[in-house]
Amino acid sequence: MTLETSPRRISQLPDERGRFGQFGGIYAPVTLLPAIEELIDAYQEARRDPAFQAEFERLLRHYVGRPTPLYHAAKLSREVGGAQIFLKREDLAHTGAHKINNAIGQGLLAKRMGKPRVIAETGAGQHGVATATVCAMLGLECVVYMGELDIQRQALNVFRMKLLGAEVRPVSSGSRTLKDAMNEAIRDWVTNVRTTYYLIGSVAGMHPYPMMVRDFQSVIGRETRQQVLDLCGRLPDAIVACVGGGSNAMGIFHPFLEDDDVELHGAEAAGEGIESGRHAATLTAGRVGVLHGSRSYVLQDEDGQILEAHSISAGLDYPGVGPEHSYLKETGRATYHPITDREALEAFQLLCRTEGIIPALEPAHAVALAVRLAAQRRPDEIIVVNLSGRGDKDMHTVAQALGVTL
Amino acid sequence: MSRAIPASRIAETFERLRHRGEIGVIPYLTVGFPERESTLRIAPALVEGGAAAIELGIPFSDPLADGATIQRSSQVALANGVTVRFCLETAAELRGAGVDVPLVFMGYFNPLLQFGLERFVSMCAEIGVDGLIVPDLPPVESGELADLCRQFGRDLIFMVAPTSTDAHLEEVARQASGFVYCVSLTGVTGARERLDEGVGPFLARVRRHVGLPLALGFGIARPEHVQAAAALADAVVVGSALIDRIGRVASDRQAAEARSFIEWLRSPVTPSAG
Repeated sequence: MTLETSPRRISQLPDERGRFGQFGGIYAPVTLLPAIEELIDAYQEARRDPAFQAEFERLLRHYVGRPTPLYHAAKLSREVGGAQIFLKREDLAHTGAHKINNAIGQGLLAKRMGKPRVIAETGAGQHGVATATVCAMLGLECVVYMGELDIQRQALNVFRMKLLGAEVRPVSSGSRTLKDAMNEAIRDWVTNVRTTYYLIGSVAGMHPYPMMVRDFQSVIGRETRQQVLDLCGRLPDAIVACVGGGSNAMGIFHPFLEDDDVELHGAEAAGEGIESGRHAATLTAGRVGVLHGSRSYVLQDEDGQILEAHSISAGLDYPGVGPEHSYLKETGRATYHPITDREALEAFQLLCRTEGIIPALEPAHAVALAVRLAAQRRPDEIIVVNLSGRGDKDMHTVAQALGVTL
Repeated sequence: MSRAIPASRIAETFERLRHRGEIGVIPYLTVGFPERESTLRIAPALVEGGAAAIELGIPFSDPLADGATIQRSSQVALANGVTVRFCLETAAELRGAGVDVPLVFMGYFNPLLQFGLERFVSMCAEIGVDGLIVPDLPPVESGELADLCRQFGRDLIFMVAPTSTDAHLEEVARQASGFVYCVSLTGVTGARERLDEGVGPFLARVRRHVGLPLALGFGIARPEHVQAAAALADAVVVGSALIDRIGRVASDRQAAEARSFIEWLRSPVTPSAG
């Protein structure tokens, strides 16, 4: 084995400036720079503080219910007739999705930094619910920005956030979805920067968010690694996760980055199809640009204006993607595939029927990709799908798509 | 190719203002708002009204440092088909029409990046656009653009905010040219009733680090604001208040409205004014 001195190993990124190769960075209004530097310092300190780590782990165990199971979907695997499909059951985490892992980590950090007010953006509402939950538990004020269109699509999660004591502020600008909610959250942060902690829900945004959110979510991959070794006695052949901003995917990918034999596959939302132009497949169809503070792939027109994304799943409906995913694509370490609304809906129903598990529409994209990959492989191969959330929130959307009136 | 590039007009403009003991008023226009060709009519009227320089806003779909007024004007401009190329053409037409005050582009980074940074800066030099402000490009990320601006003799205008640390101010002092844009408050653009009370100490702190002229922006909307700023800064930037005005009147009234607004801003404050 040769000892590499430079460049850094892939799992050691980003560098001090928040760069994953050409991607990442801090493209932020100057008003925020001191807050960003304060956050970088506070996070580095917390990361090294055993007391902080112990409290994080305690809450993950006793509040979230970790470790989440790794489940062998034997019936699904038989029906597909190929590789063995395992599901990492993040849908069983408290609040019903992986978002809670990061919300707890950053909530503890906000508390440690003495910021009494937390703001967040949300698309599907899962990150908003997770943030509202953690703020209720930690005694922090919580304001969640959510696009008007998403508020209509995810009424149930809006109600949950309100029950949890959060204020939900509708965003009516632009496409009225996640990207606009993020713009508005950044505007709030600029305005109230001295008292406010911005709790970003994905591995997007300016440094240190892509690194920090990944670190908090990488508990998913660490557990998966141990569980698959315990169950199968070896590492999996492939990991599959859906990618909007990309936090659940980075969380499960990261602990496997140095395992060259483990393939990493991301499922992007191809909406009504790439050629229709109505999709959210940023890595498949976007170009390198700058959005929300970092350089990454972006869905944009020729003039650099950001395009509206489209997906049946509100959580994938974002025209950007975390910079580390752009880096993994560029280096070839991970492969990203477009999955249409229709494919996701079929996989959604397939998982309901074969395993009695109702997934969220976001990981239904990952299930669709896993089914496609598994069908081409031998029965002794192992594919792990990150089942990042449960489907309760999507009942209205799915019913509508299937032509059912509730 | 060794064609001489005309020097930026910014330094000499501030020199003249200082000589006359005047505060400069720098209006901001979103290019192509309210109509695609409006800027060509409004900008000359602003100069007639006494504008010291003009900031031309390149619209962006996601202007995260801007408040509601400039967000809306940007959306209207984009719906009018305004592109980076169109903004450059507009600036060239203004120069052709005899507008001789400094012109400064204000634009978010992504449209410039997609246009090509070198192509953009070199065209600015050719046309005679004197400076650039990129609100989402802090000094730490501005290396390539700063090099190009130096190469083509353009001023890259840096922003500082009340939250800026002394280390940031030092960094800006090392890199900046033209003038330094001082954000008057912690917040986004938009007209405000009164100046933030922290403005005085903030500008005094900037002065201790930065030798360049200072322009104060965000929230400036009334002659009282301009008068109060005169003791502290070399210029004020007026954006949302102007955009609000010209957005409210018919096309044939926009130029006159813009001119009288600048004249009003520059007028001595009397109890009956406004």
